[in-house]
Amino acid sequence: MIHPAMAALEYHLVCYRRSWRGTIFTFFVVPVVFLLGMGWSIGGYLDGDAAGQGGLGVSYLTFLAPGLLASTAMQVGVGEGTHPVYGAFHWTRTYHMMRMSPLTTTDILVGHLGYILVRVTISATGFLLVMALLGIVDGAAGLAALPAAVLVGCSMSAFVFAFSATITEPVLLDVVYRILVVPMSLFAGVFFPVAQMPAGARLAAGLLPLWHGVELCRSATMGIPSQLGAPVHAGYLLLWTVVGFLVARWAFGRRLAG
Amino acid sequence: MPHVVPVGYRHRVPKPASLIEAHRLVKRFGDFVAVDGVDLQVQPGEFFGFLGANGAGKSSTMRMIGCVSPPSEGVLRVFGLDPIKDGPVIRSRLGVCPQQDSLDEELTVLENLVVYARYFGIPRRVARQRAEELLEFVQLSERITSKVEPLSGGMKRRLTIARALINEPEILMLDEPTTGLDPQARHLVWERLFQLKQRGVTQVLTTHYMDEAEQLCDRLVVMDHGKIIAEGSPRRLIEQYSTKEVVELRFGNLPPETVARRINGRISEHCERHEILPDRILLYTADGDAAAEAASREHPAPSSVLVRRSTLEDVFLHLTGRTLVD
Repeated sequence: MIHPAMAALEYHLVCYRRSWRGTIFTFFVVPVVFLLGMGWSIGGYLDGDAAGQGGLGVSYLTFLAPGLLASTAMQVGVGEGTHPVYGAFHWTRTYHMMRMSPLTTTDILVGHLGYILVRVTISATGFLLVMALLGIVDGAAGLAALPAAVLVGCSMSAFVFAFSATITEPVLLDVVYRILVVPMSLFAGVFFPVAQMPAGARLAAGLLPLWHGVELCRSATMGIPSQLGAPVHAGYLLLWTVVGFLVARWAFGRRLAG
Repeated sequence: MPHVVPVGYRHRVPKPASLIEAHRLVKRFGDFVAVDGVDLQVQPGEFFGFLGANGAGKSSTMRMIGCVSPPSEGVLRVFGLDPIKDGPVIRSRLGVCPQQDSLDEELTVLENLVVYARYFGIPRRVARQRAEELLEFVQLSERITSKVEPLSGGMKRRLTIARALINEPEILMLDEPTTGLDPQARHLVWERLFQLKQRGVTQVLTTHYMDEAEQLCDRLVVMDHGKIIAEGSPRRLIEQYSTKEVVELRFGNLPPETVARRINGRISEHCERHEILPDRILLYTADGDAAAEAASREHPAPSSVLVRRSTLEDVFLHLTGRTLVD
């Protein structure tokens, strides 16, 4: 018999079968255009620099791509954890419908997070494929960037799930983008090495899950060692995922038990 | 001597236990007491109703029985199980038709049923087959592949009822199943619920439509401010709380208050109880014709006289009053 959480996941996949076309633009075309646009334009400027590739040692495209891979994964995780989750409580009442069946709050949450996993995997695979076509993935070892990207998506998503389950005003969902996504994308080493920043900011960047994801992805696709070693980065992301899951489970339980 | 178990004991079939049993059930939201010490039992095969105004505590009680809202106090058993410990097991045997449809508007009619069936662990092939049968039952077969969004309110309601039946539930819970439907749609829903009752499906209904309760329910409770204030079959409640007949007197433009003053105390001679409303006077009596005739001889004579049987609505208004509950 199908596990209840799998049945919940199945629901999201049935919906995705109808809506996948619409997601291609936001979560595939836009990041790729970003990659090519910035990689070639800023890259052209940096790579021709007298010091040589802005001190990166590789083309800017090669440096930027794994960063954008991680940040795309984060954006899928956050994007699917904001309006869709809030809506499932307040607009479509999907969670309430699931709650009338034998599904438990945990099944509902695991099913939806499982779907995020699927979505991040699809987006990251597409992005990694473009990188491979551009010849900026360092051999088969670069595939390790995929689980790293998925982990970034999940580490952020679970907390955003908890937030979306707690708020009662949908306008607050935008706050997630303003105070979480945008600053994190800018200061987590996606576009430039965090070493460029002052010591305090570097330390703060070290707390951001995205930075750990960027480090993992970059080390995989560029074939270089990461700053703190893969186990530390992965462990940190896993910690965010687990704590986020526990908080989300509490928030879901509270919201659905009214 | 061998121990002999008397035949009567060996074959004694246990008395069918109540499917739902509540004892001093309470639901609180902060300081607000939504359900205030409710006692009830629902037997297998019964069509049981909660009657009450908006906010009387019907839906809160339903949500506790449906194991989606934990009781604040008291004892609740569904199928003899505890909703807090055995929620998923209980819910697997319940069919719930909530007040808000909560269908997935982007999915097709069939997808809505199959997806929901999967939550109960029903294999896809079986789910599809049951869905087709149920859509036939609720007259939606022709819309099987259409999206839900453009369906009418009545169709969505029927689809929600079909969805509630997908797991072949032992108890069907209906929270205001016909609110907002046009008369045709209401009658179709009633017909289907009646057929389910004939098949032996236990049903629990909340409604504020008295005619609905009177038509469908074997037994019902009247709720007011979170408490049960009366219980019985529709017929018994009418006998107990109202008279056999009611005479409605209207006096054209003359305010009933004025009429009542003019005929002084004589109104009460024609009936057991009377009520003066802004547009008419109601006489509650065992013999409507006699009361109507007596009233017609008065001055001023009524411009229209209607003799009718007492309904559940008379009982309800008598018990809960005519003041708006907001």
